[in-house]
Amino acid sequence: MINRFWLHWTKTLPAILLLVMPVLLTGCFGNDEDWHGKNISGLMPELEFDLINSQGDPVSGSDYSGRVRMLFFGFTSCPDVCPTALRKLNQATSGLDPKLQEEVLTLFVSVDPRRDTPERLAKYVDFFGDNIVGLTGKEPQLRELAKRYRTTFGYEEPDPDGNYAVSHSSAIYVFDRGGNPRLLMRTDLSGEEIRHDLIALIQEGS
Amino acid sequence: MSLLVYLLPYDFSPLTVLSFMLVLGFYGVGLLRMPDEERPGALRIFAFILGVMICYGVMQTRFDYYAQYMFFVHRGQHLILHHIGPILIALSNPLPVMRFWHSRMSPGLKNAFRPVGWVYQVLQYPIIALFLFVGLIYFWLWPPIHFDAMLSRDLYWIMNWSMLLDGLLFWWLIFDPRPPAITSSLGYGRRMLLLAAAGVLQMLLGAWIVFSRDMVYDVYEVCGRAWPLDPEVDQLLGGILTYIPPAMMSVLGILLILRRTMHEDGKYTNHSKKLQERAS
Repeated sequence: MINRFWLHWTKTLPAILLLVMPVLLTGCFGNDEDWHGKNISGLMPELEFDLINSQGDPVSGSDYSGRVRMLFFGFTSCPDVCPTALRKLNQATSGLDPKLQEEVLTLFVSVDPRRDTPERLAKYVDFFGDNIVGLTGKEPQLRELAKRYRTTFGYEEPDPDGNYAVSHSSAIYVFDRGGNPRLLMRTDLSGEEIRHDLIALIQEGS
Repeated sequence: MSLLVYLLPYDFSPLTVLSFMLVLGFYGVGLLRMPDEERPGALRIFAFILGVMICYGVMQTRFDYYAQYMFFVHRGQHLILHHIGPILIALSNPLPVMRFWHSRMSPGLKNAFRPVGWVYQVLQYPIIALFLFVGLIYFWLWPPIHFDAMLSRDLYWIMNWSMLLDGLLFWWLIFDPRPPAITSSLGYGRRMLLLAAAGVLQMLLGAWIVFSRDMVYDVYEVCGRAWPLDPEVDQLLGGILTYIPPAMMSVLGILLILRRTMHEDGKYTNHSKKLQERAS
């Protein structure tokens, strides 16, 4: 009896599974139309780091909590990707209502600590507006942060003048007021689109 | 010191290290304790250990770092986890070792493992096995899913483990050493059909990646590459690794099964004929 029951199930169960599985899988393809950036809620750990700021003081993730934060990896000698991205972020935030501007902070993490001293970093980030903080650290600290957000960076061999390029992520990681990862923005988004997402995130928490 | 960096895991996973240690431990102790006449030969032991070690190597050494930040290395990783490693393990036929441990299990433990056996039987139903084998490749390479899997540490581990476990299930179904004429293992014709179907479906996906003009997998672009390789070259190499070697594995598998069919041809039918003759 048990055998017959089992025999019956070994034949029907596969058929049931084949029918049910695609239905289950479609749940994975839900597209969030409200955001211009890619929704990364739950995919990554919350914002946490141990770095130094452009005054040379040690800072951690909780030092900037309560604001919507945009994390970007780069280096000050970066020829195109970083200036373009930072200009765009500045454009997006400066278009915000002055009250809302206070709620947003850009964290620019230099992954080139050999060249980017805190002073140099301070001069660089000041050029891109007020709501931006320059951060850096020792290479292991930076590696740890990069690994936490599933990215990496690498150095090219220096040329005779000591100049070298640094490969790094081109994405902007956006965290909400609670430090939860929310969006991954590509630099091909317009300032307008970034602003739209930022406003939605700011209004969410207030 | 620098060698150590290459041998140590990039993303240490205690569960992974423990699983591999348990597998090798049980295999080794089983080998030592089992009766001499049942023990597999040196070549089979070597194939098993090599299969296990290359899977460990792509998951828990520096290789994993490159697999996370280079599409083509990632495809190489899955080629090993889903094909080459499991093929070596299945061909090494660890059945005698498993039988040895099964005979040592207490009846209570055997009872506790019974549900695992049921799940196994359902998963080894040919259509399900094929659906899972090809479906998992398509699923994890579906661009939005692939993007998430490379961003989320948890999803990344689920992806790699699902590929390894499913690879073991599929290739064991294909290379099950028990002759189907006298046991319940899958018939050789069906095994070859499964291989051919899996090969064609993988070639379709591989060809699509190879001949895609635009970037299909841009997560490597967004998150930075391990070294500055041209994105199109990376995608092309990754596509080729999805396209050609798996197809070759299918053909190789079919040849091995054909060889076994020829080898066993007449062996068991003669036996049953004799039985019939004796009966009449």
